[in-house]
Amino acid sequence: MIAKHIEQLAPSGIREFFDLVLGMPDVISLGVGEPDFITPWRAREKAITALEEGLTSYTSNKGLFVLRRSISRHLEKKYGLKYDAQDETLITVGVSEGLDLALRAILEPGDKVIVARPHYVAYPALVVINGGKVLSLQTKEEDNFKIKPKELSTLLKQNPKAIILNYPSNPTGVTYSREELKEIWKVLSPKEIIVITDEVYDELTYEGIHCSFASLDKKSRQRTILLNGFSKGYAMTGFRVGYACADKRIISAMTKIHSFSMLCGPVISQIAAAEALLAQKEVKQMRSEYNRRRDFFVKELNRIGLRTQKPQGAFYCFPSLKNFKIKALDFAKGLLMKEKVAVVPGTAFGEGLEYYLRMAYANSLDNLKEAVIRIERFISTL
Amino acid sequence: MNDLLEILEQNSRVSVEDLAKLTGKSKKEIQRAIKDYEKKGVIVKYKTVINKDKIKGEKGVVAIIEVQVTPQKDVGFDMVASRIYKFPEVKGCYLLSGTYDLLLVVEGKDIHTVANFVSEKLAPLSAVKGTVTHFMLKKYKEDGVVLVKEEKGKRLAITY
Ligand SMILES: Cc1ncc(COP(=O)(O)O)c(C=O)c1O
Repeated sequence: MIAKHIEQLAPSGIREFFDLVLGMPDVISLGVGEPDFITPWRAREKAITALEEGLTSYTSNKGLFVLRRSISRHLEKKYGLKYDAQDETLITVGVSEGLDLALRAILEPGDKVIVARPHYVAYPALVVINGGKVLSLQTKEEDNFKIKPKELSTLLKQNPKAIILNYPSNPTGVTYSREELKEIWKVLSPKEIIVITDEVYDELTYEGIHCSFASLDKKSRQRTILLNGFSKGYAMTGFRVGYACADKRIISAMTKIHSFSMLCGPVISQIAAAEALLAQKEVKQMRSEYNRRRDFFVKELNRIGLRTQKPQGAFYCFPSLKNFKIKALDFAKGLLMKEKVAVVPGTAFGEGLEYYLRMAYANSLDNLKEAVIRIERFISTL
Repeated sequence: MNDLLEILEQNSRVSVEDLAKLTGKSKKEIQRAIKDYEKKGVIVKYKTVINKDKIKGEKGVVAIIEVQVTPQKDVGFDMVASRIYKFPEVKGCYLLSGTYDLLLVVEGKDIHTVANFVSEKLAPLSAVKGTVTHFMLKKYKEDGVVLVKEEKGKRLAITY
């Protein structure tokens, strides 16, 4: 009854573990992939007012023009990118929908897509759902989990249709400098490959300046589908607003699908998002708070023996368990049962990650401190 | 403001050790910076925000008092203000523009105590031309802290 390629999508042992966590009360969770801050008040207030005014209808398929225009201006100011608000910008239901649309618009059955491991869970799943094939590129801890241009060029021999680049990364927090991106582009540019960039954590960059891939040069802009949204930097996960920017032809194709399958994004959320772009002070405050927690948490993890590189963005650490010779899922289960601290085993983010954990520091300092005490106690029993 | 002051403004009880970890500085540097701020009067005092409504048997009253005063030659309002803010009953004292001059926050055991303070200590001062007293009925927010407990949305305990 169910399509084979969907039936085969692996829920894996992780789902069971997630259910275990969700069924347990009073857990200190370092397993949450969203901000612990509430949406800036001015965005919430705008949404309330919009409801009071009765603004409850559909918007145009591409989304409210005022929001698209604000995004277009924001990208120009921040990254020097020029995307036309009318033809080259599409409001999506989160980056999640943007990703789905991008893949649906470009993939034909059997087309290959490069996904670097560790990866955000949705990437390989969406490639498969859309009839594509995943070309996995394993990055290594000793390379800071960064893509090596040389290894990338080997994979390019298989003529992939697209590559998904996510930086700052979920789950490693790693990001790329302009120079590093140029090296990657040098390898990619001779090929007819589309670069889908998931830059949803761009506002949460703590070292260096975020560089948008499309801003590298004119050609990179033509080949990039830039995905971003309001979930992380603006603490608006539940509003479900994202956007895609790309060449007119691509946006037009994505809009076609979106207009049939989604019609448009939720209007109240779009209104709130337009206001959120003005809340740069609040965004900066959240960023400084995450940054302090990052300093604190990374030091503490290393102190208790969980070897962790300092991530440059997002709100995740990706410590190694190699010192302990215990696999991530066993570690995570033990920690949960004995100390009521939840973390995500690295295996959730791809094969070959049995000895890594993802820990999110999107949590209060008090909780992080208590979590460290408990993890240290748990480690002493290993 | 820098990181250190931002953290301390939120919570002055964070230990020197944690402050060092949070700001990426050494403990020595933190101690020195704090001393320096204290000396320069950047850090004035460490206090605790207490919601007195929640303490049984301690129902004090708070009054906001508008005071009109005659400024004095050369020293302007500063002299009168200092006569007024030295009363221990006065918890806050501000010079404002507008229809009156000084705004006071006065605390007392009950309404009578505050009324006595106004009629016996404040009003008789020669520079004081008039006062208007407002008793506070409920505190919602103080020092940037919301005192009524807000329900916080629940995140799922684990997500990708
Ligand atoms: C890398 C990455 N991309 C996309 C998403 C989904 O974002 P949105 O809420 O915009 O759909 C997440 C959420 O965790 C993420 O970590």
